[in-house]
Parts: sequence; structure tokens; C-alpha cells
Amino acid sequence: MDSSVLFGVATIGYMLSMVAYITYLVFRNRQIGLVATGITVASFIAQTIAFLMRWVEGYEMGLRSFWRPPISNLYESLIFFVWCLILGYLIIEFKYRNRSFGAFITPVAGLALAFIEMTGMSKEIQPLMPALQSNWLLAHVTMSFIAYAAFGLSFGTALMYLIEKTEERTEPAYIFWTVSLGVLIVLLAAMGLDFMKYHVLATNSEVIKDYLFRATFKSGSSVVSLASWIGSVIIIALVWRYGYLLKKIVAAFNISTDLLDELTYKTVAVGFPVFTLGGLIFGAIWADQAWGVYWSWDPKETWSLITWFVYAFYLHARLMRGWRGRKVAVVAVVGFVAVVFTYLGVNLLLSGLHSYGALG
Amino acid sequence: MIEQKKGFVDWIWDFFASIKLAAVLFLLIALSSIVGTVIEQGAEPEKNLMFLKRIFGDALAPSAYRVFESLGFMDMYRSWWFITLLVLFSANLIICSLDRFPRIWRLVREPLKPISPLMVKTVSIRKEMRLKGTPEVVKEELRQALKSLGFGAQDSSIEDGGFQLYAQKGRYARLGVYITHLSIVVIMLGAVIGIFFGFNGYLPLQEGYASDIAYARDNTPHKLGFTIRCDDFDVEFYDMSDMPKVFRSRLTVIKDGKEVLKKVVEVNSPLRYGGYTFYQSNYGMVPDAKGYFILKVRGSSGKAVTVNRMLGESFVIPGTEIVGTIKDFSPALATDNSGKTFTYSDMMNNPAVYIEFSDSGKAKYSGWILKRFPSTWRLPDGNIVELVDYWGVQYTGLQVRKDPGVWLVYLGSGIMTLGLYLAFFMSHRRIWVLVSREGKYSAVTVLASASKNRPSFERKVERFIADLSGGADG
Repeated sequence: MDSSVLFGVATIGYMLSMVAYITYLVFRNRQIGLVATGITVASFIAQTIAFLMRWVEGYEMGLRSFWRPPISNLYESLIFFVWCLILGYLIIEFKYRNRSFGAFITPVAGLALAFIEMTGMSKEIQPLMPALQSNWLLAHVTMSFIAYAAFGLSFGTALMYLIEKTEERTEPAYIFWTVSLGVLIVLLAAMGLDFMKYHVLATNSEVIKDYLFRATFKSGSSVVSLASWIGSVIIIALVWRYGYLLKKIVAAFNISTDLLDELTYKTVAVGFPVFTLGGLIFGAIWADQAWGVYWSWDPKETWSLITWFVYAFYLHARLMRGWRGRKVAVVAVVGFVAVVFTYLGVNLLLSGLHSYGALG
Repeated sequence: MIEQKKGFVDWIWDFFASIKLAAVLFLLIALSSIVGTVIEQGAEPEKNLMFLKRIFGDALAPSAYRVFESLGFMDMYRSWWFITLLVLFSANLIICSLDRFPRIWRLVREPLKPISPLMVKTVSIRKEMRLKGTPEVVKEELRQALKSLGFGAQDSSIEDGGFQLYAQKGRYARLGVYITHLSIVVIMLGAVIGIFFGFNGYLPLQEGYASDIAYARDNTPHKLGFTIRCDDFDVEFYDMSDMPKVFRSRLTVIKDGKEVLKKVVEVNSPLRYGGYTFYQSNYGMVPDAKGYFILKVRGSSGKAVTVNRMLGESFVIPGTEIVGTIKDFSPALATDNSGKTFTYSDMMNNPAVYIEFSDSGKAKYSGWILKRFPSTWRLPDGNIVELVDYWGVQYTGLQVRKDPGVWLVYLGSGIMTLGLYLAFFMSHRRIWVLVSREGKYSAVTVLASASKNRPSFERKVERFIADLSGGADG
């Protein structure tokens, strides 16, 4: 058995646990909750073993030195992100003895895993090109993803906070979270269509990036394109109209909103210093060692700086201006959107130095 | 008049010390930065014009381009308004830190005092209990309990046999924010010094050649003040693939005619000398260059020699009469399905040399010898000819940089690590234990505060009290 089998087991496990946590959220049955936790822990163990096996496999195949853990390309980094996210989630679940967060955090892991499958990115163990053989890079990547996972957790709790706390459909915070959720659904649906079209039509030389939104918004036919825009507006409007159903489900759990606010802050307070140091500083030192340029304003760098400013805004607003609740929760959600864009959007839509992180 | 002037300075000061300005600047810098990631910076005008055509249509694109260009969007991180934002950001950072620092410094420097009745209300954690025994009796017990909590307590007596024990921990955590702010200023200072006094250029250097100048981005020569020579360049590949593993340049620094430094430069491992740093950046073949084939020749008798020959030249295998003549070279040799050889790349991915051997004038055998395939080194008669290198035809592309500010960037990074640690992972915790006599008992009030993570400290204080009461009840 090799690591890919165990990674597959873990992927299916996480998908199941996502379903279980959401079922638990809806029915609040203790047994289902136990099952959800059980599957998550088992998948986490499977993934941990798979990670170690992949490490050894890369070394035994002579492709990587023993000191290079498998966190070097997009596939490996997404897997590592999921691992950190689940670890962080499990810590919160055991510490606060509350399973309802699971329904909000496992989908983030599920999305990352679905993204891997959907884009069909390469899962092979690749040898490291010379620029990637650096300890600074290793620290940079590892810490970035620990920070991303922490930000992912803060996104989950901030979203829960917003859902629970908003009352009126006309309220800005309500509009914000329903529209964000609607946009997310639209994007996933559109990319799902691209994925299907890609697998039916693509020739060998084409990559999925060439198909992005070609089945919908950027379709050659103006009818399809127009229909896509109208459809998106309808979907977003529906999420806005019926969002309160989700609120009812979440509210049934009686999680104190203060706890959610506190958890959002705590996870940002872990993510921010780790991101500053690992994401920005170590990344700059690596670039300095490899190319003699520690900052070049390439899109990836700039987007991490944008992310950094959003979270700096969050911390200063909360600690210095005493912002609490809805306003900062919105900032935390925006922060994670910036994270996702830094991580995936830049590779998909823009170009730059981090080209080896591209879909391959 | 003087009054008015002071008022203006105060107004400026308050403006820059405000956290509102900071929040506005965070958003402005973040939002405007997005533009520069969408429009390619410093690119050919056609490229961005194409992009604008997609958004604005063919008719509007040229005017849109002109507007964008006049706003500096095509090179926006160097535009006057973006630089202004960064200057405002630094001014804000410095002045708001200076504004708040003295108060925090006092808090850190001043030794903790017994709590005054006025301050009691301002402390967030407050717990009460009763202990058996008079204050004199419980004092040592309380002191020990505080010690096991990690606080070495001072005491002060108050009237009627009562007393206060008080202690603090981690007071430097309060400096974390200011140290982090300082580190950002140091890094930006380093960046500014680098921009004004630094040099960024390149130097292509052929194997065996030396140069005492590098070239700036606009190709103007730049004197180094010493000479740098490339002794060798080679690429190491992963096993049987064309995936590069290591790019390696062997460089020698020559100063006043003397070799002063030799270093193997790889990606992630640059050469530093005389304020300059040389990075492995790219490489290639020099067109029409003639190099030397370096061959390691070992006769079956066991004697090995290394020979350097050019194309067309010959050598003798030691201990024999066999003569090898170099007939052909391929930088990247491959065989197709029918067994015919061809060259698949201009780069030295799989160097091979074609040698004809003859014994006392009679043709013996001939064939390709490949650098990366030792099985091709052994000749039919057991003699060995290894292709070590085809030397002198490649150049190494070095990136050359002089940045007198980079040490400040590194220093700032170090300071930031310390600052972030203090600011996010340490907490200033204070505790006061007030004890007064109540007949045979002692009334104990515990007051405590933490600059961060108050709930966790509160739980600790609760445990502290539970332990003491448990002991006292018995």
C-alpha cells in the first residue's frame, strides 16, 4: 500500500464527516455527533500516516532529500492545509466540547479536497527544482499553511457569528453573509461546469485554467453568458431570501455569540503572527537568498500583503477601537476571502513568480 | 501667536497619532494594491492595452490606457501617490507609537505597588474567600501558593494585622506592539536605503573568463572593484530525467591580482564579496564557442590520466598504442525508435562525444561516449574513457546585487519576531492578595488582571483559590 491509498481514504472520510456534522447540526442527535467525531479522528490519523509515508516515499525514490517534508507543490500544500485545519478544529472541539463548529469548518476542508479532485492537479511526487531546495522556503510554506488554517477557523466562527447575530433581511451584516455565501455557491457551480466541460472536450495540451468560466460567464455565446449572470443573481437572491433558515438551525445550538467572537479573535491572534513571520518575512528571506530580491511586488506577494493589512485592520479595530461583534466578524470573513485569493486566485487568474504553485 | 502655532502642531500630531488614520491607510493601501496585481507592472504597453480592450472595448481602450498611465497604474508601486501612502503609513506608525509609548513604558518600568482602594474597581478579576487562621498564620501559605502559580510576591502590611501580597509577570508583553511597530520602521528604512544606494544588475560569465564589471538593468557597465572569474558551470539532473537538481557555478574572486576567494554558487547559496552578492540566476551556451573535452582515460593496466582536447584532436590511451580522435559532439544526445541518434536540445542536457579509435593506424572501433551514462565509458577492449565535461562553452548568468540596506531588513525581521512573540504569545499578569483579620479567620480577596487571554488567567486564579480553600476547610 502506498500513501495515495491512505490519502484517498482520508479524503472520503473528511467528506463523510462533513455530511455527518451537517446532519448532526440539523438533527442534533448525539449518536450522529459521536460518529462525526469518530470519522474525523480516524481520517485525521489516516492522513497523518499518509503524510509520513509520502515523506519516506519521496526520499526512497531519490527525488527528495530526507529533510524535505512533502509540502512543496499545490497538491501537497492543500493537503497540508486540510491537515492543519482539521487539527485546529479537533483541538477546539475537545476544548470547548461543542461539535456544531464542525458543520462550518469541515466544509472548508471538503472544498479544498473537492478543488484538488475537480482541477485534476498532479498528485505525483515531483523532484524539487533548485530554487525550492531551501530551509527558508520550508519554514515559509509550513507556517503559511498553519496560518491559513487558523484563518480558516476564524472564518468559520465569524460566519457562524454573523448568521446567529443578524435579525433583519435589510441589515448590512445579513446581506453581507448571504451574498458572500451566494457568490461562493455560484463560483463553485460555475467551476463545476467548467470541470465537466474540460473533461469532455479538452485536448492534451489544454489546462483547466483555459476553461475557467468558459462554460458560463465567458462563454462564446452571449445568450449563455447572459443567462449565467441572471442565474447567479437569482441564486444569490434565493440565498438572501431563505438565509434565515440557516440562522434557525444555528441558533438552536445556543452557542454564545461571545464565545464565537472570542474564538474568532483567538484564531486570528494565532494566525496573524504566524502569517507575518512565515508568510511575509520568511518568504522575503527565501526570495532574497534565491534571487537577491526580497520584495518585488509580484501578485502573490502583493496579495499576501493585502491579506496582512486586512487582518491588521481586524486587530487594530478590535483592540484599539473596541470594535466587537458584527463589524469585526465581517472583517474576519473578508480576510479569509483574501487568503483564498492569495492562495488560489492568484495562481488561477494572475501570473507571477510563484509559477511552480500553478495547476500542473 | 505662539498658542496658535502649538495648536496647529498638536493638531498634526493628533492626526498622525490616530488609530482611525491607521485603519483608513490599511484599507487604502490594500485596495489600491489590488490594481497593481491586475494590471501587469512595467510591462510592454501592448500587453496592458490588450487587457484593457477586453474590459473597455476597442474604442475606449486607448483613452482608458492614457488615464491609467497618467495615474501611474502601469508602474504603480513607484508612483507618487502610492509612495505618499507608504510615507503616511510610516508617519502614522511612528507618531502613534511615540504618542502611546511613554505611558506604556511607565507601566512596564514602575514596580508594582500595593493596590489602592480606588484601583480595586478597575481590576477585572475579583475573587473572595475565608481562610482558617489569622493573617500572620496564613501569610506563608499564601506566599507559597503564589509561588507555585509562578509569582514571587512582595508584601506590605496594612493596619490591624492585615497585609497585601502582590506580584506581576510578563510585563514586557506590553512592549510587544511597539517593538513590532519599530521593526516595520527598520525594515522600511532598510528598503529605502537599498533603493537609493543599492545596485541591481547582472553578469553573464563564460567558463574560463573573468570580468571586473557588472551590468545594470539598462545595460550600463558598473565597476565592481574586483574581478570575478567563472571556473566552471554545470547542471546536475535528477537520475535519468531532464529535471534539473542543482545549478552550480564555481567562482573565484581576484583582487589586486591575487585569488582571494573561491566559492561554489548554487541557487539559494550565493557568493558574497566586497558588499556585492552574486546569485545563480540563469545559464546557457555561448554561440560558436569552442571548448575543451575533458576526458579521464584509464588503460586496462590501471593507469589513469586526464586529457583536454578540442574537436578534431587526438589522445593516446596510456599503456597502449590506441589513439582516440574526437569527431563529433552533441549537447543532448538521444536515440529514436530506429536506433538513429539525434540532438534533442541546444542545452547540455545529455552531453556526448563521438570518438574514433585506431590501433597503430588501423581503425578499431568508434562510438558515442555520454557524460551521464557510465556504461558508455567502457570500450570493447576494457579500456575506459570518461567524458568529464565539455568545458568552456557554457556561461553562467549571475544576478549581481549590492544592497547596503539589506542588513536592516534582516535586523527588522529579527526584531519583528521578538515583537510578535511578546505581543501575541505573552501576557502581562498582575495579582494582588488582600488579607484582613476576621476574628480567628482571615478574609482573603484576590484581585488580578491580564493584558491578554483573561479567561485563562481567571481559571488559574480560581484553581488557586480552590486549592487554598480545600486545605483550609479540613
